Amino acid sequence: MSPISRGFRRRNSGPAGAEGRLPPGQYLTDGFPVLSAGPTPHTPLDQWTFSIRRNGAELKSWSWAELRDLPAETVTRDIHCVTRWSKLDTEWRGVSMDTLLGAVAHDEGYVLAFCDGGYTTNLPIADVTDGQAWVAYEYDGEPLDPEHGGPARLLVPHLYFWKSAKWVRGVELLDHDEPGFWETYGYHMYGDPWREQRYSGD
Amino acid sequence: MEGTAVQRRLTWLVATVTGIVDETPSVRTIQLDVPGWPGHRAGQHLDVRLTAEDGYVAERSYSIASAPGELVAITVERLEDGEVSPYLTEELRVGDQLELRGPVGGYFVWEATDARPLLLVAGGSGVVPLRAIVRERERRGSDAPVRLLYSSRTLTDVIYRDELDAYGDGIAVSYTLTRAQPPGWTGYAGRVNSALLAEVAWPAHDNPLAFVCGPTTFVETVAEALVGLRYPPGQVKTERFGASGR
Repeated sequence: MSPISRGFRRRNSGPAGAEGRLPPGQYLTDGFPVLSAGPTPHTPLDQWTFSIRRNGAELKSWSWAELRDLPAETVTRDIHCVTRWSKLDTEWRGVSMDTLLGAVAHDEGYVLAFCDGGYTTNLPIADVTDGQAWVAYEYDGEPLDPEHGGPARLLVPHLYFWKSAKWVRGVELLDHDEPGFWETYGYHMYGDPWREQRYSGD
Repeated sequence: MEGTAVQRRLTWLVATVTGIVDETPSVRTIQLDVPGWPGHRAGQHLDVRLTAEDGYVAERSYSIASAPGELVAITVERLEDGEVSPYLTEELRVGDQLELRGPVGGYFVWEATDARPLLLVAGGSGVVPLRAIVRERERRGSDAPVRLLYSSRTLTDVIYRDELDAYGDGIAVSYTLTRAQPPGWTGYAGRVNSALLAEVAWPAHDNPLAFVCGPTTFVETVAEALVGLRYPPGQVKTERFGASGR
């Protein structure tokens, strides 16, 4: 039984149309807060690549120019950060992970996304295929800001936003689930906002 | 960036307010008795859950202001358009109960066994987890030398000022006031930038460990400047407050 906080009341009813779009424990924001564990990396685009690896060996790699030549999609999605803000109708442009993973033969069940700055995060393959994930390089019609993960970040909007790894440089194919950066520090291995899977054990 | 796996379930605990300290006109520290609290490390945060009379529930994260081994305390800044912070800073009384769970986060933490020089850079209420680090250093008798650079709008907005000014050997506190400085102010004025950090921060060759906490643009500026001063990115730990935290 939760104690009642007398005098505490709901203040933010949210905009019309938001009903049913806010996962439990989240609140709406119009801003775009930033969360990361260290300094923002700045990799020159002429040195940037996106790679798919297995056992540390590169199976396929795209330069920045090659990635930009791939078919791109513009998608509008709601995003949900584990620190409790949610933002509705965010617009992104990027390359579907289906396109990228389709370039290699694979039967693994998981990927570990790796990034500039040493950040990693783990995802089931089933959650980054079938039109559910992108390598995004534009936000709201503009090139993605470095502080928001530019030049490119993973976009996996149906999971908490730490899974949408900033400064992504590729994925490692894994036959088992392996915790990434925040997952090692007690955050949930899967991170479904609708089941409020914030921390290990939720 | 290796960490220790935390594989226990975080359950909601009922906490009782045992003390309230007004730090500034818009910031207060709330001391809590939390039976079952598993303990925390300096720099971690926790989640607060409030339940209204009509059953409405709101959750927010706050940095822990106290050192490991002390009573759990959070320091909360009132955000005018906020929902939870006005309640915590204006309505909450000693003896009231609320729910919390934690600790959360294992990267932005400092261990007293780490002897490296510490650079702590705070913007506004970003000083809260850094204060926990300083208190832990005092409690544990660490010899790690500390330089704390704390940016506030005005002197009135400085949180924990008496405590910070009372620290002695080994902890050098520098203030910079960005909006207004009182007559005779001998601290710094203006926003933290590369030149100020070059003056105040440990040189990179001292192998320092940096903790930076504050609003997004502040943290971006400071972290970028420290990398420019040749701090290895892995030795610059950041915690950012979003533009819209409520």
